Amino acid sequence: MELLFTSCLGVMIACGVYLMLRARTFPFVLGLTLLGYAVNMFLFVSGRLKTNLPAVVSPEQLQYTDPLPQALVLTAIVIGFAMVAFVVVLALRASGELGTDHVDGHKENNS
Amino acid sequence: MNLALIPLLPLLGAVIPSLFRSRNLNALTAGAIAGISMLLLLFQAPAVFNGEMPLASWSWIPTIGLNFAFRVSGFGFMFAFLILGIGLLIVIYARFYISADDPMGRFYTYLLLFMGSMLGIVLSENIILLMMFWELTSISSFLLIGFWSYRTDAREGARQALVITGGGGLAMIAGFLLLGNIVGSFELTTILASKEILHAHHLYPVTLILILLGAFTKSAQFPFQFWLPHAMAAPTPVSAYLHSATMVKAGVFLLALLFPVLSGSSLWFYIVTPVGLITLMFAAYMAMFKDDLKGLLAYSTVSHLGLITLLLGLGSPLAAFTAVFHILNHAAFKAGLFMLAGIIDHETGTRDMKRLSGLWKYMPITGTLTMLGCAAMAGVPLFNGFLSKEMFLAETLEPNLFGAFSWIVPVGATLAAVFAVAYSIRMVHDVFFKEPATDLPKKPHEPPHGMRLPAEILMTICLLVGLFPMTLAAPMVNVAAGSILGAATPDYHIAIWHGLNMALAMSVIALAGGAMFYLQRLRLFDSHRWCMRYCDGKANFEAFISGVVQGGRKLTGLMENGSLQRYIALLVGAVVVLGASPFFGSSAPLIGPLAMSSVDPVTLVMGLVLIVCAVATVVHHRNRILAIIMLGTVGLIVSLSFIRFSAPDLALTQISVEVVTIILLMMALHLLPRTTPVESSSARRWRDILLSVAAGGGCTALMMAVLTRPYDTIAGYFLENSKPGGGGTNVVNVILVDFRGFDTLGEITVLVIAGLVIYAMLHNFELTAPKIDALGRPWVQDRFPMILAQITRPLMPLALLFAAYIFLRGHNEPGGGFIAGLIVASVLILQYISSGIVWTRPRLTVDNHIIMAWGLVIAVATGVGSWMVGYPFLTSSFTYLKWPLVGKFEVASAIAFDLGVFLAVVGSVMLVLVKLGSMNSADAEIVSTSVQNEKDEQEGAH
Repeated sequence: MELLFTSCLGVMIACGVYLMLRARTFPFVLGLTLLGYAVNMFLFVSGRLKTNLPAVVSPEQLQYTDPLPQALVLTAIVIGFAMVAFVVVLALRASGELGTDHVDGHKENNS
Repeated sequence: MNLALIPLLPLLGAVIPSLFRSRNLNALTAGAIAGISMLLLLFQAPAVFNGEMPLASWSWIPTIGLNFAFRVSGFGFMFAFLILGIGLLIVIYARFYISADDPMGRFYTYLLLFMGSMLGIVLSENIILLMMFWELTSISSFLLIGFWSYRTDAREGARQALVITGGGGLAMIAGFLLLGNIVGSFELTTILASKEILHAHHLYPVTLILILLGAFTKSAQFPFQFWLPHAMAAPTPVSAYLHSATMVKAGVFLLALLFPVLSGSSLWFYIVTPVGLITLMFAAYMAMFKDDLKGLLAYSTVSHLGLITLLLGLGSPLAAFTAVFHILNHAAFKAGLFMLAGIIDHETGTRDMKRLSGLWKYMPITGTLTMLGCAAMAGVPLFNGFLSKEMFLAETLEPNLFGAFSWIVPVGATLAAVFAVAYSIRMVHDVFFKEPATDLPKKPHEPPHGMRLPAEILMTICLLVGLFPMTLAAPMVNVAAGSILGAATPDYHIAIWHGLNMALAMSVIALAGGAMFYLQRLRLFDSHRWCMRYCDGKANFEAFISGVVQGGRKLTGLMENGSLQRYIALLVGAVVVLGASPFFGSSAPLIGPLAMSSVDPVTLVMGLVLIVCAVATVVHHRNRILAIIMLGTVGLIVSLSFIRFSAPDLALTQISVEVVTIILLMMALHLLPRTTPVESSSARRWRDILLSVAAGGGCTALMMAVLTRPYDTIAGYFLENSKPGGGGTNVVNVILVDFRGFDTLGEITVLVIAGLVIYAMLHNFELTAPKIDALGRPWVQDRFPMILAQITRPLMPLALLFAAYIFLRGHNEPGGGFIAGLIVASVLILQYISSGIVWTRPRLTVDNHIIMAWGLVIAVATGVGSWMVGYPFLTSSFTYLKWPLVGKFEVASAIAFDLGVFLAVVGSVMLVLVKLGSMNSADAEIVSTSVQNEKDEQEGAH
């Protein structure tokens, strides 16, 4: 299970990084989103992979999952959305101002 | 307190002289401040000459060993006396020297600032305090050298001095910290008594070298000598004060101060002695060829500092005694000579010895004084310079650690003395004798008496000390040397005549040789010229600095070429290299001891789907719509994986964020090109693939290493205290709103700021969406689909109810403000999508800004509320209420905080999406007209 999980994570990071290395804003945003998923999962899994364990305390329950990474990741997801939204709008504004969606504002590709 | 006031008075009073416009008042106030300090110092004299050491100490930052502590040792007293005495003379001299065009008040301010810092150095008991004053002298010296800031050479000289002495100061800080840690105290009294501890410690060599670096740079020792001649761009009073009598002596002061602890090792001898000897000879040699009067004196100063360093390096008590005596003598004649050089410059308009000549006719008194000063500098008998110089020559003859090469020291010293005589003769003969000059910028004449007075006083002292050394100088030198050497102080009788001995022979050789050198000077000048090409310290320094700047610029250009792709590639590459590097040196296996859990088929399939979709996002990224769909699938599987691994809160958050993210991307795509052109070369693509595979593979490996090792979590605390401390059973939510409430508050603030920034970026900004799609087909102009609109409208109250449920149960079951906020935002957006902005906008009249702001206000108010009742910020409290029908109900103040979170999330998400949705200029027009129409209708109805 661990190997499967980490492989998925690695693929997401690789795809995210590759997309962020593209020259246009839209693939960049896609890559950033993918990387965001991967980083959240990375943080989350540092609390280990637990199956069928609650983070809700009750007297009968003896074992719990680790709630701390979950709490941290929860806000990270929302902040991640804010960041993606910000970059999207920056990209829109840039394409409006510069007339191109190249990440460096080049009209033709000369990077 | 009186003791601390000696250095503090000039520092605190520094600003006073610049308050006055009158130049006399400037000088008078500065003089008064220095005078009071001098009086305070003299009050300490009886105790000091009695062999006591007055101490005054206040605790400042005891945890780092810093005390506000001052001491007046004999040596410190002598130095403070020099600083204040010569300082007072400089105040008088500067009054006549600084012209009416220059801001004289400011000059005195800098001068007092320097005086106070310098006094601080010599009177500090705590070495950290000493260090602060040390840095202050570097800064005030920078200000003084650059006083004529409109001149390039002044600015360059000031910068050079600051870089060299400031850099040395940094080394010295490190040395002092080591010293203090080795000894266990930063108090000088303790340090000076800890020679054995220091010498036995393995860090002694490092400590010694660092401290020596600080001292050598400050005292312009080889190879740092070059900054001092260029500091001559300063006004002459500054050169006379800082760069001959006081500041440059701070380095040798420190050497002498720490002489009892640092010296006595062979390392000390092998570093300090050669540095002193080379400096002594090299600078004396250079001084002979300087045409600039001040340049000559500057190199002569460097040479004399080398002489003092050499004496300290030799390490015998009598050598240290001689060093102290020479510090005193040199200060007297060199400060005087600088003043005289300043007078010549002031009254003739030049200080170039090639132009000056025959001034005797016009300035006989100045000429006489210069002759006296140069005689002292050359070491002519009956002058003070002779006494210490002969003692020095005698010291060089003592056996030393160079073994068979011991003769180097006396020979070198004699040679330097020959040079010294030669440049002294040159200064007198070239300037005052020979044919009278005809092309001087000004008609030369004697200066006003006030300007000459300080030099007269100093030259008288030189002569009197030379004649009656035992009466005038010996008590002070004995006390000063006694405070350094303690019981080892030699009982030495300073005398003019010691009989016919080797030292006298060396003096005679120096005088005769110097005269001969001067006569042969033309030949010497020729041979010197080629040497200058390589020995110009300033040119080397400037070349080095410009090399560093150019190298930096090149490196920056290489890395910062304005291409985001390059930045990201460099960043990712650096992270991969840094992250991987520790693994290569380590023998531990990558995979830890824990066994992996088994995989069930469903999870396996989901994982494979995720991999396929993620890769498909990349493969199809040119077809942007398809890429979004693939990305959405990845996001869905991520939220499913959160459910699979026991994190329902995260799954709920992820899935609602997923919805709004995809909507956001679709809206952005509406305004951006729908396809991505092929641009990167295939080599570039392979580089990127390599880089991303390295990053992904690295993360996989890292995570595997983590997951297969046991771990220890702090979650136990949260699990135990969630119910009794936070009043909720859902630990994730209690962490968010209670344990880590402050974090959450910061996070919703970021969210709100992001919302505002996005709003600002889109405000008054229009983008026109293309009328046709990628394949050239026009967009459909249909109305919004009726079925979708009819279904989503009744859905809305249901969804809101569900959100309320999720919100309320959040404290005890999965849910909470974040998730409820996202649900509400999605359902509101759904209305916009299904019915269009024209229909929705007038029906959702609440301003999203207001919602967002209220969210923050409520969250902060909850925190402040707990403040009001005496608890720390954001402490939550809870109680149980019994409601009819509902049953027992828990009310926690955290729920109010969660409400703030909820509102902030709803407000900012809506703000972004609605703003983005209404941005297409064509749509915006429709909206504004329709809103207008509706308003008109309403008004018509009224």
